Amino acid sequence: MAATQPLLNRRMITDWLGIAPFAIFSVMFLIAPTVYLISGAFVDPNGNLTLKNLVDLFQPSILAAYIISIKVSAASAIGGAIIGFALAAAISLGGLPSWLRSAVLTFCGVASNFAGVPLAFAFLATLGRLGLVTILLRDVFGFNLYGAGFNLLSFLGLTLTYMYFQIPLMVLIITPALDGLKREWSEAASVLGATPWQYWRMVVIPILWPSVFGTLLLLFANAFGAVATAVALTGSSLNIVPIVLFAQIRGDVLHNPNLGYAVAFGMVVITGISNFIYIWLRMRAERWQK
Amino acid sequence: MTAKKFWSWLAVAVAAVYFIVPLAATMEFSMRMRRGTYSFDAYRSVFSDQRFAETFSYSVVMALITIVVGALLIVPTAYWVRLRMPYLRPVVEFVTLLPLVVPAIVIVFGYLRLYNSSSVLPLTNSDTGTNILLVFGFMTMSLPYMYRAVDTAMRTIDVAVLTEAAESLGASWTTILFRCIFPNVLTGVLSGAFITFAIAVGEFTMPSLLNRPAFGPYLALIGANKAYEPPALAMIAFAMTWVSIILINITTRLQKGAAGAR
Amino acid sequence: MSYLELSHVQKSFGPVKVVHDFNMSIEEGEFVSFLGPSGCGKTTVLRMIAGFETPTGGTITIGGVNQNGLKPNKRNIGMVFQAYALFPNMTVAQNVAFGLKVAGASKAEIDARVKEMLDLIHLGHLEDRYPYQMSGGQQQRVALARALANKPKVLLLDEPLSALDAKIRVSLREEIRAIQRKLGITTIFVTHDQEEALSISDRIVVMNAGIADQIGTPSDIYNRPATRFVAGFVGTLNILEAKVENRDAGTVRLGSRSVSIPPSQLNGSGDGAAITVALRPEALSLSKSPSSDVTLDGRVTSVNFLGSVIRTRMDVDGQQVSFDMFNNPGLQPPQIGEMATAHFKASDVLVIPN
Ligand SMILES: Nc1ncnc2c1ncn2[C@@H]1O[C@H](COP(=O)(O)OP(=O)(O)OP(=O)(O)O)[C@@H](O)[C@H]1O
Ligand SMILES: [Mg+2]
Repeated sequence: MAATQPLLNRRMITDWLGIAPFAIFSVMFLIAPTVYLISGAFVDPNGNLTLKNLVDLFQPSILAAYIISIKVSAASAIGGAIIGFALAAAISLGGLPSWLRSAVLTFCGVASNFAGVPLAFAFLATLGRLGLVTILLRDVFGFNLYGAGFNLLSFLGLTLTYMYFQIPLMVLIITPALDGLKREWSEAASVLGATPWQYWRMVVIPILWPSVFGTLLLLFANAFGAVATAVALTGSSLNIVPIVLFAQIRGDVLHNPNLGYAVAFGMVVITGISNFIYIWLRMRAERWQK
Repeated sequence: MTAKKFWSWLAVAVAAVYFIVPLAATMEFSMRMRRGTYSFDAYRSVFSDQRFAETFSYSVVMALITIVVGALLIVPTAYWVRLRMPYLRPVVEFVTLLPLVVPAIVIVFGYLRLYNSSSVLPLTNSDTGTNILLVFGFMTMSLPYMYRAVDTAMRTIDVAVLTEAAESLGASWTTILFRCIFPNVLTGVLSGAFITFAIAVGEFTMPSLLNRPAFGPYLALIGANKAYEPPALAMIAFAMTWVSIILINITTRLQKGAAGAR
Repeated sequence: MSYLELSHVQKSFGPVKVVHDFNMSIEEGEFVSFLGPSGCGKTTVLRMIAGFETPTGGTITIGGVNQNGLKPNKRNIGMVFQAYALFPNMTVAQNVAFGLKVAGASKAEIDARVKEMLDLIHLGHLEDRYPYQMSGGQQQRVALARALANKPKVLLLDEPLSALDAKIRVSLREEIRAIQRKLGITTIFVTHDQEEALSISDRIVVMNAGIADQIGTPSDIYNRPATRFVAGFVGTLNILEAKVENRDAGTVRLGSRSVSIPPSQLNGSGDGAAITVALRPEALSLSKSPSSDVTLDGRVTSVNFLGSVIRTRMDVDGQQVSFDMFNNPGLQPPQIGEMATAHFKASDVLVIPN
């Protein structure tokens, strides 16, 4: 016993040494910063435990930022999910030529990565006050977009912009799930007397909903954490959470560092919940794919 | 049948309009610089701007460092976990997924608090220190993609068998790692590398809050001050995204080919 | 008129003609197999009967009703696919109930029928399992129950056993046949396994490149192949080239020997005509028996031990002939390279029409 103990220990030590660089990296640059902020959200500037910061999140200006953020994220996620699903269904089940399918998928790969500052520029050039579409509508159709109340730096404008990366993301994630629908299932349903709608209601939707709903949550989290597009598009004229946090980090605009931590904590909670449900639903969905 | 095809074509057509119009508008806008006629003046102006070259090369260098350091960290880790500590896999996977949960802005906020000038490890005091911080920040952001790509590549080769074979031939573990494992997961590393590159070069939040002269903050600055250069930059960025996606597609295809040949 | 009639059915995919002039009549309650090599059009014919493909020509009638233009969900046909066709989101019981549910049956009706079907396939105890929790053989039995639950007019099975391992394949094919007999349901069974087709069918359709080469009972198909293709595809025949010596006397030249066969087999071929004859491996033997009247001499080229039989191949004047011997411990198989003599009856020689 005494003789085997050190041997065992040496092996264990090498095991842990092998994983040590990764452990140090993730603790120092991922876990510690997050934990620091989260714990900071629960103390006051003097270091006493408090829930006041979290309560203060509900003050009108911050609450409004959360609400508009949630609205934009939800709207762009739902819009992106619906349109993305239609597009994915078209290329996966619609009997379109295969070159079109691969063209759409490649383009989606590009567009889903085309976010951040350049995306904001593109939409400014399109729907900004001097954007091509705005000018064409005015000069050709005599329709004054901005006169009709549209503003790119608003809920609608931001939603429209975010959908540019949300739709492709949905297509990329949901197309494999749609491809996983076996032709035999629809044929079996049909020989058993089912109409196409009955087949969708009783087979397709039950199989796909975890993937669709999960992806919706991922899109939501994705939009919620998007900082660059929002900052570049709206400067600080639209009060959404990432912009509030950005300004807070730049210059403590909230005049309370711990309230800043609470804002960050709120963000992590929201993206965290949606991501975890996404991962959980994804695992559920994979059950059918065996 | 025809109804289905009709709706499919319609969906693709509507989507095509939504996706192509902004690109066309951006292109058009970027060529308006010279009054009364279309020209590439904005592009000329962009490319002749000293800061464009500076910030872009800065970001590229940072991205490359991130890729090298990231690969050196993640390949041995994924290997070690698969070979020696499979019971840690759930934990490691959870950690690698964390950056999807914690937005980049929150992570960098944490850096600024933990590694500021008054902390034990004042990385933000010097340029080098901040650069290091930025590299690690990029690494966290690309961690989910890099780890997945490498781990998938390791699944297709059987690391345990490969290691035993090498050990039986008397290879030392550094030889095993650099001669056997790295070359075999190279395609995985490469596809992770392109994603890392795309993330790091365009990233705005982290370098901006760390006050680094990177490409993302430069873009935002131009956007705030110029009219015709921003759309030109957007077109350039779009083209660069195309290139990296094509490269990713090529490497994943190579990877599939390699796996299929086994 | 028969129950299921296919007359002059054709199918082209674009310029490629996959099914040529396909004719057949199937009686009510009959079990018919489609047998043929991969790509010969078996699945295509089945899918036309089910309504998934529209024939480019000809008509299909079931019980006197022309099926042209009828959607698959209006035909009341049961179909079992090669694999993976159970709905993965439903339990066994829900899968079996699917057809009844969309037909609007009452709950009591559905429950009773599902129970009856599950008892039929002996899986009553697994009714709450999901497909991914079951073996391939169990899944195919559930697929069968699901297809039968609506009392379809015709049951179509497209290689339902080909994804299963050999043992289950044999027991399940017998189970399918037993259930089919019990219910008296008209059935078409697609396979490319000749043993499967021979063992369970009332009649077999041997298909070759979109054409029904021969339709007949298993013994017809095996003992009296109508074409060279059928002879080659069903069983492991020895195919030999021969020449008619004297048509009226029934003598043909086989290698260096003259063999007398019943003259009636030679109809149509004149003296000197080249013909193809076939000999089943089991018709040849190394030992002379009272009834064998012809011999072939050759050099042994291979000896294969197949379990219950030993298959020997020998070279007779440049043509390969193989024959089987039943195995027993005392048997002395011939050695490779030896000369051997095979005996057979002249009446076992089959002349294959060209
Ligand atoms: N939708 C289609 N479009 C074009 N060609 C097709 C289509 N379906 C089948 N074919 C072609 O028709 C021919 C017959 O196919 P079919 O599936 O009927 O063969 P099969 O006899 O069932 O073969 P297997 O034993 O491999 O299942 C094949 O050459 C196939 O390539
Ligand atoms: Mg087939």
